[in-house]
Amino acid sequence: MSKEKMEMVPTRDGFGKGLVELGGQDKDVVVLSADLTDSTRANWFKKEFPDRFFGMGVAEQDMFSTAAGFALMGKVPFACTFGVFASGRAWDQIRVSIAYMHLNVKIVGTHGGISVGPDGATHQALEEIALMRIIPSMTVIVPADAVEAKKATIAAAKIKGPVYIRLGRAPVPVITRQEDVFEVGRANVLREGEDVAIFACGQMVCEALTACDILEKEGVKARLINLHTPKPIDKETVLKAAKETGAIVTAEEHTVMGGFGSAIAEVVAGDSPVPVKMVGVKDRFGLSGEPDELFAYFGIKAKDIAAAAREAIKMKKE
Amino acid sequence: MGRPDILELKKRAIEVRKDILKMLNLAGSGHSGGSLSIVEILLALYYYKLKADPKRPGWKERDRFLLSKGHACPALYAVLAHKGYFPKEELWGLRKLGSRLQGHPQFGLPGIEISSGSLGQGLSIANGIALAARLDKLPIRVYCLMGDGETNEGQVWEAAMTASHYKLDNVCAIIDFNKLQIDGFCCEVKGVMPYADKWRDFGWHAIEADGHDLASLMDAYDAAEKVKGKPTVIIAHTIKGKGVSFIENRVEWHGIAPKKDEYEKAVKELDEALKKL
Repeated sequence: MSKEKMEMVPTRDGFGKGLVELGGQDKDVVVLSADLTDSTRANWFKKEFPDRFFGMGVAEQDMFSTAAGFALMGKVPFACTFGVFASGRAWDQIRVSIAYMHLNVKIVGTHGGISVGPDGATHQALEEIALMRIIPSMTVIVPADAVEAKKATIAAAKIKGPVYIRLGRAPVPVITRQEDVFEVGRANVLREGEDVAIFACGQMVCEALTACDILEKEGVKARLINLHTPKPIDKETVLKAAKETGAIVTAEEHTVMGGFGSAIAEVVAGDSPVPVKMVGVKDRFGLSGEPDELFAYFGIKAKDIAAAAREAIKMKKE
Repeated sequence: MGRPDILELKKRAIEVRKDILKMLNLAGSGHSGGSLSIVEILLALYYYKLKADPKRPGWKERDRFLLSKGHACPALYAVLAHKGYFPKEELWGLRKLGSRLQGHPQFGLPGIEISSGSLGQGLSIANGIALAARLDKLPIRVYCLMGDGETNEGQVWEAAMTASHYKLDNVCAIIDFNKLQIDGFCCEVKGVMPYADKWRDFGWHAIEADGHDLASLMDAYDAAEKVKGKPTVIIAHTIKGKGVSFIENRVEWHGIAPKKDEYEKAVKELDEALKKL
């Protein structure tokens, strides 16, 4: 598969399509938006189902608690804004109004990661996986592409309880197929290999695919796992990879502190210790720039994943 | 619903205050001042206005009461026990391991509509309930009790805008306007006046009531129900620590429980007040 020939679609578009489909299937689905209705693609739902769309203005705290009220009445609210504002600004509302009551609210955070680009650090969410997965009862999903994002949206509505869906702004290659099985909490192995296991989520799955190609040319067989659900984490697949490959690399468009790589390391450290090398943003804020430039600048491109894989393999041999 | 016997309800108010003090004394911690100030607000609601059935706490068409100022839960727990939502014996386990009566209310206990404790979130939840009820054409009212100090929280004013924007006349906010918060008098901590005008400016109908006069509160609840096209706030003027001379209006009693001698002294005062009714 060459990256250039792939269809490029933002994951937020997949979400928007999934939401419209859900709206037609279930009249209890309602959507709330904090003034970012076009950007989050909530406008597609608004157009089809205006009576079930609620604009909340620039008021994220109010929006998430209001969503909790809808859930208390048996509705399935999707509350949408940028990831930074959802996970940061309204963290306590998500903790107390939603998760502590185990309410059926779907929290949709678009514009995750540095692929937001020119808007810069204030708008580039690099902490949501960490901030959300530490809340009891929360499910966290990071779809790899638009096809998976649509499936994740529909799957999230079927879960009884709070779900955070992390989406991106920029168009990304569509690497999964309609017929691929998507199950929340069940990772998908995209490539088999025994030398090293690469776990990735979101847009990093595509980078990791390229990394596997680089490694293959060097005679290294890497296993690639699309771990789209950082929580609840698929322990079985993580531990199997640790045991069978003996070296792990994690790749996330997110801080390496407390996030996706940490979730995997927690499982590995406790039950099957092997080296874990994390590729991600290293304890710093984002920057303005184009997504591709930023991926290179922050060292989270395919070549960086390949380099981490070589190091992990070396560590297991030592 | 016809109005209940005011004298009987006044007697109940004293019994509820005694229960609150006993709960707090047994727990060894908790919030005395703000629990004692909301007793009449709760009784006028639960014994007159609120459409609810303790035997069916999950009844879909019930009115909802949300205690946003979660720290005052001893008062709500006591009133719910009086109404029969759960056995009164449970009150004495407040704040203890294994009790359903958490230090701040936890959703799941019969009669408790929301978890609360982190201030400022209840009114937004009330709006969500009201909007959903409107979608489903459910004729319910949603009451949300907040503290005056609580309205320092910006989220309250976000929610105030939402309620007026969506013309939520099925929402009724109640403010326990006792003029004290943890750090001192509200007006000294962070000026809140003019209070009713703030709400009016946010598009609300505002009613001021004597928060310890049951008839005044019932009048206010009736008036609120008649207002159409906008939400109503009832600013209930109260005395923090109401009913116990050495707790009333004392800022240091915000977040402490009576010790044994204080508890006994308070009960004596309340028993004397009962005799005088």
